[in-house]
Amino acid sequence: MNDNKMRMPTPLYAVTTEPLVLDTLISAVTTTHPDAPADTVGPGAIISFVGVVRNENAGRRVVRLEYEGYEPLAVRAFERIGAETAERWSVRIALHHRLGTLEIGEASVIIAVASPHRADAFAACRYVIERVKQIVPIWKHEFFEGGDVWIEGATADPDNDEARRDACRIAGLE
Amino acid sequence: MRVNIRLFARLRDIAGTGELERQFAEGATVRTVWDTLASEFPTLTDYEASISTAVNAEYSRMTTPVGDGDEVAFLPPVSGG
Repeated sequence: MNDNKMRMPTPLYAVTTEPLVLDTLISAVTTTHPDAPADTVGPGAIISFVGVVRNENAGRRVVRLEYEGYEPLAVRAFERIGAETAERWSVRIALHHRLGTLEIGEASVIIAVASPHRADAFAACRYVIERVKQIVPIWKHEFFEGGDVWIEGATADPDNDEARRDACRIAGLE
Repeated sequence: MRVNIRLFARLRDIAGTGELERQFAEGATVRTVWDTLASEFPTLTDYEASISTAVNAEYSRMTTPVGDGDEVAFLPPVSGG
């Protein structure tokens, strides 16, 4: 059974309560897609991003975060972000987000981006994390010294062009 | 017809549960489901302007029709990352 598990390819997009492992994500984007044409240019740069639980937020001393998500829609939102990224840059991306209780310093989100050239990889990676914060149905429940609060950011609307343009701008497009 | 309702984060706290089942007449939309919930849990109306909605785990609009057995989800502003 363990053998089977080890042979299972890492999914490019996932939400999980298990600790996140960046190495497997990097391998997943480095391997050339089996359906890719033989003359496909392979990666020349891999950018990774790890979001971790910070011990402070808005002046509060954070103790831990509990992440909740709507899993099937979260994975679809990841796929959508992947498709948006592919429209703009020559990249392969993988994206995993953790759910459940996370202590300070633990990884909540990991992203790996492979591209023939570093400029595309840097830009796409930035775009991906900005879009995660805009449209992925995941929520932080923050526990701090003295209380707890649900963090509420953006109203998720994948068709909101203004939000998408914001993410492009932050990524350095335009 | 029977509709499964999913609530997340603060909305789940307000309703005291993340999953509910309610009956609706044919022709119901996401708005019909939301209005029914909001009359049951009036504090939800604070979220009227900021929620997103989904039908069967696809983003939807308030005007999206709802069918028998559908899962309708209401999502407060997101904060992943």
